[in-house]
Amino acid sequence: MAYAFAEQDFAPGAPAPLVASHASEKALLRFITCGSVDDGKSTLIGRMLLDARAIAEDQIAALDRDSKKFGTQNGALDFALLVDGLAAEREQGITIDVAYRYFRTDKRAFIVADTPGHEQYTRNMATGASTADLAILLIDARKGILPQTRRHAFIVSMLGVRDVALAINKMDLVDYSEARFNEIVAAFHDMARELNFRTVAPLPISALNGDNIAALSERTPWFLGEALLPLLENIETACAQDHEEPFRFPVQWVNRPDLDFRGFSGWVAAGAIRVGDEIVSLPSGKASRVHRIVTQDGDLDAALAGQSVTLTLADEIDASRGDVLVAAEKRPQVASQARARLLWTAETDMHPGASYIVKLGARTANATVADIHHLIDIHTFAPAAARPIRLNEIALATVRFDRPMIIGDYCDNRDLGGFILIDRITNETVAFGLIDRRPAQENEEASEGERAAARPQRPRSRLRPPARLASALFSGFCVGAGAVALGASPATGLLLGFADALLRPFARSVYADHRLNRANAAAPSEERLDSGGGI
Amino acid sequence: MIQLTHLQRLEAESIHIFREVAAECEKPVLLYSIGKDSAVLLHLAQKAFYPSRPPFPLLHVDTTWKFREMIEFRDRRAGELGLELLVHINEDGVNAGVNPFESGSRLHTDVMKTQGLKQALDRYGFDAAFGGARRDEEKSRAKERVFSLRSKEHRWDPKTQRPEPWRLYNTRKRPGESFRVFPLSNWTEADVWDYIAKENIPIPSLYFAKTRPVVRRDGALIMRDDERMALRPGEEVEHLSVRFRTLGCYPLTGAIESTAATLPDIIAEMRASKVSEREGRIIDHDGSASMEQKKQEGYF
Repeated sequence: MAYAFAEQDFAPGAPAPLVASHASEKALLRFITCGSVDDGKSTLIGRMLLDARAIAEDQIAALDRDSKKFGTQNGALDFALLVDGLAAEREQGITIDVAYRYFRTDKRAFIVADTPGHEQYTRNMATGASTADLAILLIDARKGILPQTRRHAFIVSMLGVRDVALAINKMDLVDYSEARFNEIVAAFHDMARELNFRTVAPLPISALNGDNIAALSERTPWFLGEALLPLLENIETACAQDHEEPFRFPVQWVNRPDLDFRGFSGWVAAGAIRVGDEIVSLPSGKASRVHRIVTQDGDLDAALAGQSVTLTLADEIDASRGDVLVAAEKRPQVASQARARLLWTAETDMHPGASYIVKLGARTANATVADIHHLIDIHTFAPAAARPIRLNEIALATVRFDRPMIIGDYCDNRDLGGFILIDRITNETVAFGLIDRRPAQENEEASEGERAAARPQRPRSRLRPPARLASALFSGFCVGAGAVALGASPATGLLLGFADALLRPFARSVYADHRLNRANAAAPSEERLDSGGGI
Repeated sequence: MIQLTHLQRLEAESIHIFREVAAECEKPVLLYSIGKDSAVLLHLAQKAFYPSRPPFPLLHVDTTWKFREMIEFRDRRAGELGLELLVHINEDGVNAGVNPFESGSRLHTDVMKTQGLKQALDRYGFDAAFGGARRDEEKSRAKERVFSLRSKEHRWDPKTQRPEPWRLYNTRKRPGESFRVFPLSNWTEADVWDYIAKENIPIPSLYFAKTRPVVRRDGALIMRDDERMALRPGEEVEHLSVRFRTLGCYPLTGAIESTAATLPDIIAEMRASKVSEREGRIIDHDGSASMEQKKQEGYF
């Protein structure tokens, strides 16, 4: 069910317009900053907040007091103290927990997840990445790619962040050397080949001096990209809600104010829904149609991914918390087991066969980790031998559920592909799970269509499907006509043109993969790659 | 492609949080402290459950030192919305004569707010309490979870916080433990004001500039809201055009000189402001980590 909504698709005068109507309303970008203590991450955040004028004078006064007391900058403003809010962090001078920071520019509102760099706090970094649209990976220009750069890149990639700003910091300490910058960027591309990033935007910066943060710096005339804040303001991320995905609506709460009203309240996890659309409730498989889309501001004609609404259905079908209402013609898998990457977040090791509570969407069940296939080395990205999983380790495992779960590949939808495991005795959250349906699995009754839907995400062509078809036909025609013009027989020309039309989309997707690997090398205008120049 | 605006995204996320609590906790309550954040919280609670009413009561922990207008506003709003309002006063504190003038802000806040809150939660057996705190308010709040687990003694342990990936909240707890839940975690002061303007949410008129009787004390402008505030030698009541950026106990809440009498004025003034909103809160200046300490002791 693919909709291309236009503004007029919504009720005239609908109280909840779906486009910005108020001058203060902006698009929101969530991003995560990754780097270790010495990379200057806190300085960068402090600099961004200062440049975006998001730090008040009394906060600077408090920072000044704290810098003299705890600071590591010889009494000068120590921005780390602005973000390291816990007493334990200030005493030890390290970031332990993820902190959220907020600022706005004229164009966008930003939520920054400032996450710790130490390996022992990997789970906090993964938490920050789980809702991020973009990651800023910080690299010290003097040191280049470090093992932790690889780890950070791997984790943000695993958590589904497709767009990266590669901030090469402390350029002042390498004399703003273009050669050094290019060397690090090339090394990063080499390292990130398997990480499936869509955008890698390298920037030479000095957080301390403010080079290329709010505006381009005169010290790097060779840098042809955007400065960091404009980049964050303008980038169109892969994570922007895609309303063309099939509709997914986990039922959070059944709304029954009286005997005449029975609504299903929830969050549209993917796609869009309109009054009259056919839906199916899973796992029961009962079908109905959407009768009303209810909000306090009045009924809507349609609702999109990211909205919290209440649906009423045309038929009295049974659905309760944890069930998922889905597009009738494109259903997700209902499974009693799934293969998933587990990031272990507890101090106690995980042994195969252990039983936990799983929470996925609005659904809770019992889960057993049936098999650990292999561990994943987060420094080399290579599989390692299976053994009990320890804190901050990642393993590919098969998880069995004691009731049917409605799941999807994590790459396609974080809401249906991400889950947590909870220890039933300590109530601790012991693992993040990311469902991995990429290769076909045993014991699954997925249809061909579903398998196709479960393929890893490719960088999207900007053309819509009809345009893509037209473009393929047109290029096929050109090839055919060209062949005839060059002396081939009309039949050969027709054949060539036909073959081209058929094969070009395939070739394009292969080429797209190739381009992805060489992220910065190709077609910058189409993929919004901001070339660092001379790469 | 149509994108939701940041206020629409924040609203939808907050509603999601309200519904998670309603679905997974046994006896929730909304801590209603009458200010602008509480007003937004209450508005979102209504949206989350419409056409049902929010399936929980409101609780106000009254220190007996709130602005008189706040109390009138509180009773009027609860009546208009048809919601159950519980008011709790720490009578032990009242009987012991604890007050912000003689006891000092720290003791007053601890006894009348923190202890009062714990008494009320225990008395009614609430297992989840919604609060209007935002992460942008203060450094230790920036590190707090949306679902903040509290021990039987209501203590917060910043070192054992549960990770909250995606929108998945681990709501398991042992008997006696409870959650403080913060649906406005990701909102900023600017978001709150913009949303109040957009949704036309009623707030106490103390936020709007008006000529009010104030006393200059310890560098702050304190409104003399009733006779209990005795004047110190040399102090005199001035009548100035002032308003409040946050609302709390009147002796502990500094006013700002302002002529902003409408929402657009307030929003413009806030944008131009160079000090944070908690600057006017006297209780926050008891040391850099003081909020963390208060929270560990059970303050929400």
